[in-house]
Parts: sequence; C-alpha cells; structure tokens
Amino acid sequence: MPASAAPSTPQQYLQSLSRWHPIEIAFWLATLTPFLLFPTYLSLASQIAVAALFALSLDLILGYAGIVSLGHAAFFGIGAYTAGLFSKFVWGEPLSGLLVATAMAALVGYASSFIVARFRHLTLIMITLGLGLLLAEAANSAGWLTGGSDGLQGVDIWPLLGLFKFDLYGTTAYAYSLSVLFVVFLMARRLINSPFGLALRGIRENWVRMPAIGADSRSHIRKVYTISAGVAGIAGAVIAQTTSTVSLEALSFERSADVLVMLVLGGAGRLYGGLVGAAIFMIARDQFSGIAPQFWYFWIGILLIAVVMLLPNGILGGLSKILARWRGR
Amino acid sequence: MLPPVLGVLFDGIAYGMLLFLLSVGLSVTLGLMNFVNLAHCAFAMLGGYVTVTLMNVLHWPFFATLPLAFLIAAAASVAFERTLYRRLYRASDLDQVLLTIGIAFVSVAVAAWFFGTTQQPVDMPAYMRGSFNVLGLNIAAYRLFLVGVGVAVTVALIGALEYTRFGAQVRAAVDNQRMASGLGINVDLTFAITFALGSGLAGLGGALAIEIVGLDPNFAFTYLVYVLIIVSVGGLGSIAGSFAAACLIGISDIAGKYYVPELGAFLIYLVMVVVLMWRPAGLFGKR
Repeated sequence: MPASAAPSTPQQYLQSLSRWHPIEIAFWLATLTPFLLFPTYLSLASQIAVAALFALSLDLILGYAGIVSLGHAAFFGIGAYTAGLFSKFVWGEPLSGLLVATAMAALVGYASSFIVARFRHLTLIMITLGLGLLLAEAANSAGWLTGGSDGLQGVDIWPLLGLFKFDLYGTTAYAYSLSVLFVVFLMARRLINSPFGLALRGIRENWVRMPAIGADSRSHIRKVYTISAGVAGIAGAVIAQTTSTVSLEALSFERSADVLVMLVLGGAGRLYGGLVGAAIFMIARDQFSGIAPQFWYFWIGILLIAVVMLLPNGILGGLSKILARWRGR
Repeated sequence: MLPPVLGVLFDGIAYGMLLFLLSVGLSVTLGLMNFVNLAHCAFAMLGGYVTVTLMNVLHWPFFATLPLAFLIAAAASVAFERTLYRRLYRASDLDQVLLTIGIAFVSVAVAAWFFGTTQQPVDMPAYMRGSFNVLGLNIAAYRLFLVGVGVAVTVALIGALEYTRFGAQVRAAVDNQRMASGLGINVDLTFAITFALGSGLAGLGGALAIEIVGLDPNFAFTYLVYVLIIVSVGGLGSIAGSFAAACLIGISDIAGKYYVPELGAFLIYLVMVVVLMWRPAGLFGKR
C-alpha cells in the first residue's frame, strides 16, 4: 500500500484496498506458464487450481470471519456429487452443471448456517466436524444414489462450450479450472474489499462488539457461510467434471484437514494465502508421495508444527514481515 | 433367561469404558487450560505400542506391561508439554488445533516407520480369553475386566478430585484460573501433573484397546473423533460427564452396529450433533 496517498474518506480507503498491485498481476500471469513450460503437469495444475479454489472458500469463513471449520469438505462433496449426478441424469453440459452444483452447495450451506452462527469455539469445531462426518456416512449408506464406496458410476461430461473435450492431457481441464478460479477470485476480492468484508474482519476480532456498531454478527456469518459453501461447491463440481469421477473421498475428514493445512501454510486471512498454500501443498505431495506415500504425513506434520511455532501468519505473513522490515531500513 | 438386549447393553458399556479411559484426560486438560490437544490419541497409541513391544519382544505378561504403558505415555506427554504446548496456552484455538494435528500426523508416520501399517497381534492370557454364561447371556471375561477397570478409574478419579488437596486445587483452577493462581495455587504445575495423568490414562486405554479394536498407526485419528465426541458431549472438565457420555456413545455405537448395521457410524454423529445443539456446553458442562 503506498504510504504517500493516505486515504481521507471511507470510500478512498476501500478503493485503496482494491487497487491492483504489480505482484498480483505477475502472480496471475505466472499461473499461465504451465501451458508452455510444464505441459506434462497440466492435470496436476488443474488439481492445484481446484485445491486453491477450495482453500479460498475456507479462507472466506476462517481467515476473514474467524469460523474454524473441520467439516468444510461437506460442501466440496455436495458440489462434486451434484455435478456428477446432474451429468448422469440430466445432461453433461459442464457450465449448467457447475451452476446447479453451486446452487445446491449454497442452499445446504444456507440451511446449516443457522446452526453454525449460534456457536463459537470448541462447540463450533465439533458441530462442523459432526455435520461433515454425518454427511459422509449418509453418502456411504445411500449407495443406490452415490455408488457408495465404489464411487459414482456413469459421469459423462460433454465438451466445454461444445468445442473442447476434457482429454487425458488436461489442457481443457486446466484452462477450465483456472478460469473458474480467476472469476471466483475476482468476486471474492470484491467481497473482501467491500464494507461487508470489513465487517467480517470486525466480527473475527470481536464477535460481541460488532452488533453495537450496527453489524449484526449472526446475519453476517450466515451470509458469508452461504457464500463460502457455494464456492466450495464450485471447487467440488470442477473436480468432478474435469476428472469424470466422484468418490466418497470428496466428503472425507482428510479433505477437510488438508484444506485447513493448505490455508494455514499459505496464510489465513489473506486472499492469496489459500492459493499459495494449495500450490505448495499439492506440488510437495506430488513429489513426496512418489518416494514414500505413508511418510508424506510426517513432513506435513513437521511443516505444521514449524508454521505454528515460527510463522504464525503462514508463508505469506512471514514474507510480508520480512518485506516490511527490509523497507523500514 | 435375560433378553439379548442386555448383552448388547453390556458390550456397549464395556466399549464405553474403553472410550472413557481414552477421553477423560483430554476432558480435564481442556477444561483446565482450554488447550485443544488433538494429539491426545497419539499418546494412547504410544501406550498401545509399548504393550505390544514389551509382550512380543521381551515376552512380558500382558498385565505387567500396563503400568509401563501408563508411565511412558505420561512421560512423553510431559516432554511435549514442557517443550511445545506451554508456548501456545494463550494462542488461538486454531493454532492449538494445528500444532497438535501436526504432532498427530508425525506420530502416525513414526508408528508406521517402526511397526509397519499392519494390525499388531497380542496374546491375551488364557483366563482373559474365555467367557461365561449368566442366565443365558454370554459375558466375555475381558469385557467384564474392562468394565471393572473403568469403574475403578472413575471412582479413583472422582475420589482424588473431590477429597484430596490436589483435587481441590484442580477444581479451583478449572473454575477460575486467575483466582486460583491469586490464591497461591501453582496452576502451571497443577496442569502439568493433570496433563501427565490424563495422557497416562490414555496410554493405559490404548493398551487395553488392542484386544477389542486392534492397533495400527491410524489409531491416533480413528479414535480421536470418538474422544472429541465424548469430550464435547460430556462437557469440558467434568469426569462424571465424560463417564456418562462415554457410556452413551459406546452403547449407541454398539447398538447401532448390532441392530441397524447399514447406518454405520451415522448414529453416534447424530447423537453428538443433537446433544450439542440442545446443550452447547455438553451434558455436564458449565461453560
């Protein structure tokens, strides 16, 4: 943020928040490089974009509103299963499937937001965990609909816009997931730099006092939880459509835990935190699990301990601290 | 002749006692320090592996290994408490969750490295393997033993907490930490001892659990969910609450698996969500 143009009115302050920084533009240009430099890694790149989208959705509630959720995979799974079932029973056109899946996840998010907005702290963590596990068990039991532990069979996605097939190389997949990520990111950026976003940060800092200055904490939490559920649903729908498979793994506790790790690794409460964390997490997992899959979690554990002990605001938080110190000299 | 439902009830209570041993330590430390220790079951797993190692490598009898399972788990937990945990007492819930999940992840990988990912075998003494018949009900000796241990631990804990000087200090610290330290109670030391005791009980629970549920590196996460359910349903810092919740969850789980197997674990998650929505602080919780 340039110190010279100190904002004098609220409008100017909000505008100064939403100005594009050159590093941001460079970041988004860098996301295009896999097409040219790593054409064999495009399907990994597509998975990274989906993970980033999912981490972004968690950031909206955890990083900005301070709601710790251990069951966020519920909405990812709802999006994935809705998109898969839609292609199986209605038609395989991807964009309409994406919209339906988003609406479905947001609807369930809205329904559960009434529960979530009532609780704080450990009870909240346990309620989100419980609802997530409940849904995973329900999907496992409803084998006639979801295919149970065998995964959903018969997902058939038509070519994107009628032109581009989702092929094995992942070119279409990455282009699709990256565009979705970018569009959702723009919306999230707009949301966070709005008065609503400021109110959310206020709620994160003090849940009791915000209503006193006219921002009802519960109704704000309900809104952001619904939005976050919708975004998680988009992420789930994209992974279902680009891989043409949906399994119970989409709803699992591991997925909820992984996305939390990604977000915290990158830095919660920063728009790019989830994106950077997802990229590092997914690339590291791809590299490590080639060597010895079961020891991947050893390094994740060490990484988590190190981040909590040494970098309380994640990698981006650490970087910006170093940058600030360097500038201060 | 007794109806078979009593047999299910008995198995449920025996299973509940196991869950109680695994969770009571976490309940007390959570109530005392508000420290969310998701690595609690890693200490239980350590107790289990101590017993397996002593029995299979050094050929100790099963019962001789139990005190060591308790002691080693307690000692390991104190080492972690002194080096890592105590720096995060004032930190947010999220930081505590992340640190302890990290430790649990590492423990899973370390256990897989030393012992492999397969289930560990244990040889129970012959008199523990049998079962006897009470009015048409088949009572397994080991499960009866578990119920005995669970009741004994509960009585000992409640007695120690209600009628000793140390217990009064723990209760004071749970109720109001600042007031307690103002009265000259060393809250840090009280917490360290309680923490060691709780982790030790988890280690004992882990050792006793092998015969019922087996032992593999995923133990630290599989039973974490159960333990968290019991702690939050029972209410933080309440021994009677943990006991009641462990029985409730144990019976629901066994009865669910027996009568409606297609529901799987659905039932206990449902019980948890309903109880928490009805009473957010748990059945016996004060806050």
